[in-house]
Amino acid sequence: MPTKIEKDDVTGQMTTGHEWDGLQELNRPLPKWWVYVFMACVAWSMVYFVLYPSFPGITGYFHGVIGYYQRDAVDADVAAIAQQRAGAMDRIKALSFADIRKDPQLLAVAQTAGRITFAENCQPCHGAGGGGNLGFPALAAGNWLWGGKLEDIQQTVTFGIRSGLDDARNSQMPRFGADAILKPAEIQAVADYAASLFDLPSTGTNLAEGKRVFAENCAVCHGDAGQGNREVGAPKLAAKTHLHGDDRAAILAQLNNPRMGVMPNWNARLDAAKIKSVALYVHSLGGGE
Amino acid sequence: MSFMGKGTPPVDDPQDILYADRVRVYPKSVHGPVRRFKWAVLIVCLTIYYVLPWVRWNRGIGRPNQAVLLDIFHERFWFFNLEFWPQDIFYLTGLLIMGAVALFLVTSLFGRLWCGYTCPQTVWTDLFMWVEREIEGDRNERMKRDSGPTDFDKIWRKGLKHTVWFAVAFWTGGAWIMYYVDAPTVTVEFWNGTASTPVYLFTALFAATTYLLAGWAREQVCTYMCPWPRFQAAMLDEQSFTVTYEAWRGEPRAQGKRLPGAGGDCVDCGACVTACPTGIDIRDGSQLECINCGLCIDACNHVMERTGRPGWLITWDTLADQAAKAAGTHVPLRLIRPRTITYLSALVLAAAVMIIALALRPGLGLSVQHDRAPLFVTLASGDIRDGYTVKIVNKSPTQAVFEITTQGLYGAMLTEANEQLGPAETLGLPVPGDSVGTFRIMVAGQPAALVDGSQPIDFSLRDTATGEVTVYHSVFMGPVRRR
Repeated sequence: MPTKIEKDDVTGQMTTGHEWDGLQELNRPLPKWWVYVFMACVAWSMVYFVLYPSFPGITGYFHGVIGYYQRDAVDADVAAIAQQRAGAMDRIKALSFADIRKDPQLLAVAQTAGRITFAENCQPCHGAGGGGNLGFPALAAGNWLWGGKLEDIQQTVTFGIRSGLDDARNSQMPRFGADAILKPAEIQAVADYAASLFDLPSTGTNLAEGKRVFAENCAVCHGDAGQGNREVGAPKLAAKTHLHGDDRAAILAQLNNPRMGVMPNWNARLDAAKIKSVALYVHSLGGGE
Repeated sequence: MSFMGKGTPPVDDPQDILYADRVRVYPKSVHGPVRRFKWAVLIVCLTIYYVLPWVRWNRGIGRPNQAVLLDIFHERFWFFNLEFWPQDIFYLTGLLIMGAVALFLVTSLFGRLWCGYTCPQTVWTDLFMWVEREIEGDRNERMKRDSGPTDFDKIWRKGLKHTVWFAVAFWTGGAWIMYYVDAPTVTVEFWNGTASTPVYLFTALFAATTYLLAGWAREQVCTYMCPWPRFQAAMLDEQSFTVTYEAWRGEPRAQGKRLPGAGGDCVDCGACVTACPTGIDIRDGSQLECINCGLCIDACNHVMERTGRPGWLITWDTLADQAAKAAGTHVPLRLIRPRTITYLSALVLAAAVMIIALALRPGLGLSVQHDRAPLFVTLASGDIRDGYTVKIVNKSPTQAVFEITTQGLYGAMLTEANEQLGPAETLGLPVPGDSVGTFRIMVAGQPAALVDGSQPIDFSLRDTATGEVTVYHSVFMGPVRRR
């Protein structure tokens, strides 16, 4: 409470009576219209207080007389946007990839839908922008196992890889070491040969033996020159990058007890339009064929 | 303690009143050189404001022919020969910086000239006061009528005044809208009811604020709403050339006495106070409420003439010169001071940067953004490939093809993912007229020197129609080479 209202000697003004460690303030009265505007604002806020949820209670809260609920508002917004997009998504579903490409606006919608779908579903394994991870293919690099055409990507995304579905991409690499299909010396030799296919430094072994083992056991899937075979999902070995690693230890690991990744069938989770959108997006990352 | 006091601020009132009634100001009309200058500035400012939207400017087919048009819907600002896109927004920043520094400079030299002559609040208040004076008469007549009974004379004069005020406010709000949409079109649309809701809304909004601020709020805006008076003191010093009362020859005030040597030149007639649009007494010295308009000078000069004393008792002068004159000497006006040099250099620097930036503004707009993830991919062949988002601004009204290529990367091959262009060393990218084309460009090649995993790469873009070339410096990333 103000205690000592007095006249300031210098200005001749009255003080407000407030004092802080000897500092006092002069009373320069505010205009009344100012306080009326302030009161009007307070009154206006009371309107909100009554109309909208405003006051907490013991078991709940005061809901406001117009019954506004933020979750409903969000649901309405989401429904409105879905409604707005429905036309475009229906067209993406109905049209062929080539026809979508002919419509720049529709393509832009598909690219955006694909980008978001990719970020929510694919990115944890394949990396942002399809950069890939060890054991998870780099989609942006274009070194495809099962094909990089739009239809190939759509097929892979829809049914998955080794997902258990009949239409899924399926392939199996024999366990040459663990099941004793090849002798340890043969495995070492064929590993050297495989390494030579992508110019790893030679360990000085006789490549002829490795080449023989390769021709008898591996070439049927991976091809005579290690060029791979997309019909059976056999990786291209004569490449600078490999799904499960690029050194001799990685080759030996795959020969002994191969890892074979699984990709889910996304038709269980995404509708056809979204799968097409994500195929268009993945295709545009740089690896598309 | 009374919460609400009545009357004037309590200078000698023992009561501690926290809220005071507004003291109505009835400025008396004045005539003289200062008033004439103020009218001239007012006419120039208002003419520019009301007429500028109607000035036409031929820019060719398919483009607006309004000289000044801030087309928010199409994201373009047209200013005579200049065309600004949203990405040119930094010019606005530059302009605002120049405006602020210019305000500092002018204030430190000549006080609050902006407040007194060119501020819209001052200009429109002056206009509204003129309307009021023409209809209701001068100060004394208005005060008498306001305190008198509500009769027919009062009603029709007040009614007419507010009608004219509304008309001026409406015209002002309408003119504001014309800066954002084509003036002749919106005028027709406004009256036949086909204009968009925002047009009516903003016209009403600016009409209402004009009416309220210029008709009713007036000096209250300057004193209580505007931040500028609060920090003007920081720009003013004793060398600032401002409206000043020559206290050394005015005091002691000699009310009623006209004998030579019987007192100061000031006869305490109050002409300066009644002429003041903010209702203050300039004889109290430079103060927060003073907008430096100088109308008190004209008012005082008339009195000085009638009383036979030397004119310009209230004058434009510096505090330093006033102190010197009080001591019988004179100090010349010092325009060049460290403060003004600082403000002027800042202003010149900002202006130079703006003009150079505007003059060198490329017609070609190119921006290249390297992908954030993945930074690069290794291809089966061992080549490294980076992805970029390339934006090309085509300011011409027709579709143009832009050739993009790179320098600095051995064997660089470019592909465009969505348009399915390439691989090639040079790609031709089509961009529709008056728009920004966005492309996903992949660059594959064999980097030579990847210091810390990156090396410079330049993208150069050529407009095939004009031959104009622009270069954008970017980086190419790859794995850190093992040593």
